[in-house]
Amino acid sequence: MTKPKVAYVHLSGCTGCLVSLADTYEKLLDILGAVDMVYNLTLADARTLPEGKVDIAIVEGGVCLQDEESVHLIKETREKAGLVVAYGGCSATGNVLNFSRGGQWNQPQHESFVPINRLIKVDAYIPGCPPAPEVIYNFCIAAVTGDTEYLKPFMANEAGGYHCGCDLNTRVIENSLCMGCGTCAASCPTRAIEMVYGRPSFNNIRCIKCGACSFACPRTFLPVNKIKTLLV
Amino acid sequence: MSFGTYKEVMALKAKDGKIGGVAQDGGVVTTLLCYALEKGVIDGALVAGKSETPWMPKPTIATTKEEIIAAAGTKYTISPVVSTIKDAAREYGLEKIAVVGTPCQIYAVQKMRLYGVGARHIPDKVAMTVGIFCTENFSYAGLRTVIEDHCKVPIESVTKMEIGKGKFWVKGAKDVSIPIKETHKYEQDGCHVCSDLTAEFADISTGSIGTPDGWSTTFARSTRGKDLLSKAIADGLFEKKSMDEFKSAPDAKIKSGLDLLGNLEKGKKDKAKKHFDERKALGLFVTPEILY
Repeated sequence: MTKPKVAYVHLSGCTGCLVSLADTYEKLLDILGAVDMVYNLTLADARTLPEGKVDIAIVEGGVCLQDEESVHLIKETREKAGLVVAYGGCSATGNVLNFSRGGQWNQPQHESFVPINRLIKVDAYIPGCPPAPEVIYNFCIAAVTGDTEYLKPFMANEAGGYHCGCDLNTRVIENSLCMGCGTCAASCPTRAIEMVYGRPSFNNIRCIKCGACSFACPRTFLPVNKIKTLLV
Repeated sequence: MSFGTYKEVMALKAKDGKIGGVAQDGGVVTTLLCYALEKGVIDGALVAGKSETPWMPKPTIATTKEEIIAAAGTKYTISPVVSTIKDAAREYGLEKIAVVGTPCQIYAVQKMRLYGVGARHIPDKVAMTVGIFCTENFSYAGLRTVIEDHCKVPIESVTKMEIGKGKFWVKGAKDVSIPIKETHKYEQDGCHVCSDLTAEFADISTGSIGTPDGWSTTFARSTRGKDLLSKAIADGLFEKKSMDEFKSAPDAKIKSGLDLLGNLEKGKKDKAKKHFDERKALGLFVTPEILY
């Protein structure tokens, strides 16, 4: 099997997602060993997207609409990549970039930062700020081995685009599915969710809109067959 | 009868009188957690502890035997146990966590091990999942209504609650029971699409259904679950009986043993399917694969 060519495209993000990828410790070697990393500003010595096709593009960060280069890069990524993965909140859901409104040094004109699916078609979303290393590892190995069953939830359109803690109300509680397990509260990176009387009580001022809570909720999707494989 | 995947099923009763006095039934969960802690299989457990409000559970990270025993007994209301998992791994620095939960909470934890986008370095720290049988759960206000309006006793006077033999029992200053039917309207609606009675995704599952008072029906599902149970039994912590001892007679009207558990399980699965279809018909979103 030839190794899939992977490009890691870095737009407006804090590099936390890449740090999380590196945080898989020795498993990072599995990932790097399984792929051919052709472009990665932090980890590989290439300044531009290579000529020709890549198999998978992992995109960190949102797109700044006032930055011509970013817009060009995300378009070029779509053209060259077989699969585009919106990796991490900023790229997948807009995340904390939803709050940006420009007027800040040193580029005051930069004000619109959007999740990448606003401009291009996205094949998979990994929400979270940052997504946990274990998930990244599972995702990469599933992508390389063609484990489509594991990848399916990431490929659902509802995993991307605007998300916030209100999802717990609109997607779960309003469909009378919540049973009060507390997974959302544990998954929130900013502790914006507190369980009160067995239901998530959500502090919208703290929420950074990363999408982790509703993705982690066992009532948005339940990977039964995969869970069965854990019980050996 | 399916009961999910399991390696062995048995009836257990804890021999330790101190645990028997505070536990809900056979003392299986409390005994196993204390034993696992002692043997270093776990270094802490997520349990439903007590809070300052009567019968309002507080998700608790127990790291000592005393804390585990203090959390013994069933509280028939929601305890969001998974909400503490990150604190257990980070603030408490636990490496081998046991989680005790209802079936839905167990599958939340198992999903977290696979898809925990917000659960950094937690998946490999879940050393044991102990599932407790569950037919449904009440919100706290619902439970209080059942106790104070239906059983007509003050909630703070209650020392134990039980569900069994078609009744909801409260014990304490006064022992009262009401038909379980009266409580149905207070069940949280999220339970109605759940088709898992016996915590099919836990390492070990246990509950009172199918065994007489003071005993617990216990499933060893995974290798690590079976190992822990076998060691605890070999070390003399439990009286053990075969489930065959509680079999109902072929012509019995009221079933017992695994026949009873099987009937209730089927009932829960059928009910879940019915609710699933009704909600679909209403155009509501229902969790895909929740009926398995």
